[in-house]
Amino acid sequence: MKKSVFLGALTLASMGAGVAGAATLDDVKARGKLNCGVSTGLAGFSAPDANGVWEGFDVAVCRAVAAATLGDPMAVEFVSTTGKTRFTALASGEIDMLARNTTWTFSRDVDLKFEFVGVNYYDGQGFMAPKELGVSSAKELDGATVCIQTGTTTELNLADFFRANSISYEPVPIETNAEAIQQYLAGACDVYTTDASGLAASRATFEDASAHVLLPEIISKEPLGPLVRHGDNEWGDIVRWTLNALIAAEELGVTSANIGELKAGTNNPEVNRLLGTEGNLGEMLGLDADFAAKAIMAGGNYGEIFEKNIGESTPIGLARGLNAQWTDGGLLYAPPFR
Amino acid sequence: MTTLADPPKEQFKLSMLINDTRYRSLTFQALAAIALALMFWYLGNNLIQNLRAAGLNISFDFLGEAAGYDINQTLIEYDSQSSHLRAAIVGALNTLLVAFLACITATVFGVVAGVLRLSNNWLVSKLMAFYVEIFRNVPVLIWIIIIFTIMTAVLPGPRAFRGDDAEASMLFNAVAFTNRGVYIPLPWFSRGIFDSAALNWLLVLIVLGGSWFASRKIGQWASKVQEKEGVRPKTLWFTLGVWIAPFAVLMLIMGLSWQMPELKGFNFQGGIKLGGPLIALWFALSIYTGAFIAENVRAGIQAVSKGQTEAASALGLRPRRVMNLVVLPQALRVIIPPLISQYLNITKNSSLAIAVGYADITATLGGITLNQTGRAIECVMLLMLFYLTVSLLISMGMNIYNASVKLKER
Repeated sequence: MKKSVFLGALTLASMGAGVAGAATLDDVKARGKLNCGVSTGLAGFSAPDANGVWEGFDVAVCRAVAAATLGDPMAVEFVSTTGKTRFTALASGEIDMLARNTTWTFSRDVDLKFEFVGVNYYDGQGFMAPKELGVSSAKELDGATVCIQTGTTTELNLADFFRANSISYEPVPIETNAEAIQQYLAGACDVYTTDASGLAASRATFEDASAHVLLPEIISKEPLGPLVRHGDNEWGDIVRWTLNALIAAEELGVTSANIGELKAGTNNPEVNRLLGTEGNLGEMLGLDADFAAKAIMAGGNYGEIFEKNIGESTPIGLARGLNAQWTDGGLLYAPPFR
Repeated sequence: MTTLADPPKEQFKLSMLINDTRYRSLTFQALAAIALALMFWYLGNNLIQNLRAAGLNISFDFLGEAAGYDINQTLIEYDSQSSHLRAAIVGALNTLLVAFLACITATVFGVVAGVLRLSNNWLVSKLMAFYVEIFRNVPVLIWIIIIFTIMTAVLPGPRAFRGDDAEASMLFNAVAFTNRGVYIPLPWFSRGIFDSAALNWLLVLIVLGGSWFASRKIGQWASKVQEKEGVRPKTLWFTLGVWIAPFAVLMLIMGLSWQMPELKGFNFQGGIKLGGPLIALWFALSIYTGAFIAENVRAGIQAVSKGQTEAASALGLRPRRVMNLVVLPQALRVIIPPLISQYLNITKNSSLAIAVGYADITATLGGITLNQTGRAIECVMLLMLFYLTVSLLISMGMNIYNASVKLKER
């Protein structure tokens, strides 16, 4: 009798473990907190400030999703992941979503069973070298020692680039950005390679940033975006359309400054649908009608988030470039809210 | 008259499984085995169900695919188009290399420190106690990082060697200490007997092996003569000749040359490069484990009864010979068993290589390959299999050695 109860409990437990994770939104609501995976600290993208509050470009996506689902942008539990641990953390359900400058690739999307919900930063892999090295092009790097964050697509691109140009190099694999920078500054490697945005972010923290140059070659396409697990399409939709809402808000001229005014109703139907005063888009997602408005209020629209965290007025100083709205010649294009 | 009946035959009752000491231990072991099997069944079931729910499967096909990444220290041919399996083998060889080197140096450090800690010289024994306590009580990861950081921060970069009034210069124009590693000259043969360098080196090994065999034979001959005539013939010149002459002749025939490291482009080229990560890992593992081995050696020496030393001294042996001929051989029986676990520890601790970017198997198979393919379960299973196999092999080899030196009881 007792034994059968025990076995029954075992079976139930294993079945429970099997279906857990299907309804991520319910889990998040029940928990009252969004578990969001971010990097271990990359200035401008995700790093805790002096008070220990996480802030940055990737962090803003987490906060927007938390605001849309829970109504509170601060209801986020940040889990810092390395290049190696990030996918295991997401696949095992430790985190609900990953916003950690992760490149959208075929095998990650298809083979690793993840779902990239969009692109929040269009990037490419670049090289940083000390000015005194006198290198002006990555093709002059024959025989150089290259510091690289291990376990990333940059590692594969690097091998491909040097192979395609028939030049040799010596990789120095490093676990985190901080260690890589330390090795680079100590001269243990000649150049450091990672996504160009990451290079700019790291260079901004140097004592003498002007002594280092970013080489002109961009050797890869790195569409960076948030991702979720396969199999819970409702949750994927929520994260996707929260990100789209931030991008659409910039295009439609909705900012954190004027959103209170616009929420009262405008004569632009798309703005009304976005902000939930018209139609039932929020309901379709299983969220409040004003989910997008909450997400935008969390940190502003895409443009505001960009300017505040990594834009030209910040020490990181990235130009919008590819990341401008499609209307301004960039690649950002949110599908219509209707 | 009463007859003595046989005692009634005991009936086996179920309660005896618990109450009878003959069966009790078996009962509990059986129960524990069932519980263990159930737990593994549950975990395995859980894994399979979760994988199925996530649409994943267990497959080792990825091992045959091109790895796509480069490795900075490879003992066998490898490039980014080689398979993940080959990358794993490169990592495994790197693990074995650093473990082998560290086992040897740790033993040397350990024996020296262990013997010196018992020295009558106050300063020497206290210095060794200081070494043992400092290194034993700080985690080995910290030592690895400290040594690596000191190396990269203190030693000059290759750039410092450039120019007419360079800040740094090579030792004897042959050895360069840089923050990327140490470059030493590479011996090679200009008139090798075989085309392949590996075969030439194999020949050198065979010749050295022959010298060793011959010198052993000389020793045996000397012992025999000593037993018969009471005087040991002088063998030093014979032994030296057997070692040096064939080796020198072989080197002359094959034309031994040295390739010097030279500063070309960004780095030193040519010669042998001992990478910074390898040196840091090797040195850190050696001094850390050496401190533990020192304690084993000390315990082993102290376990030998003082009477043995006194008796040996009474025979007129000098202290060094007392240690070498009387104390250490007996102490070995106490030292070897814990030494086995220290060798296992070195092998397992070498997986901390990732901290300094040394490409061991944890970094290749358990790091980059795992990450690029997302096959976490398969990679970790292979890693466990590798470390288990290596550990069991080391344990087996050392136990065979232990059986050969332990006290023979009849």
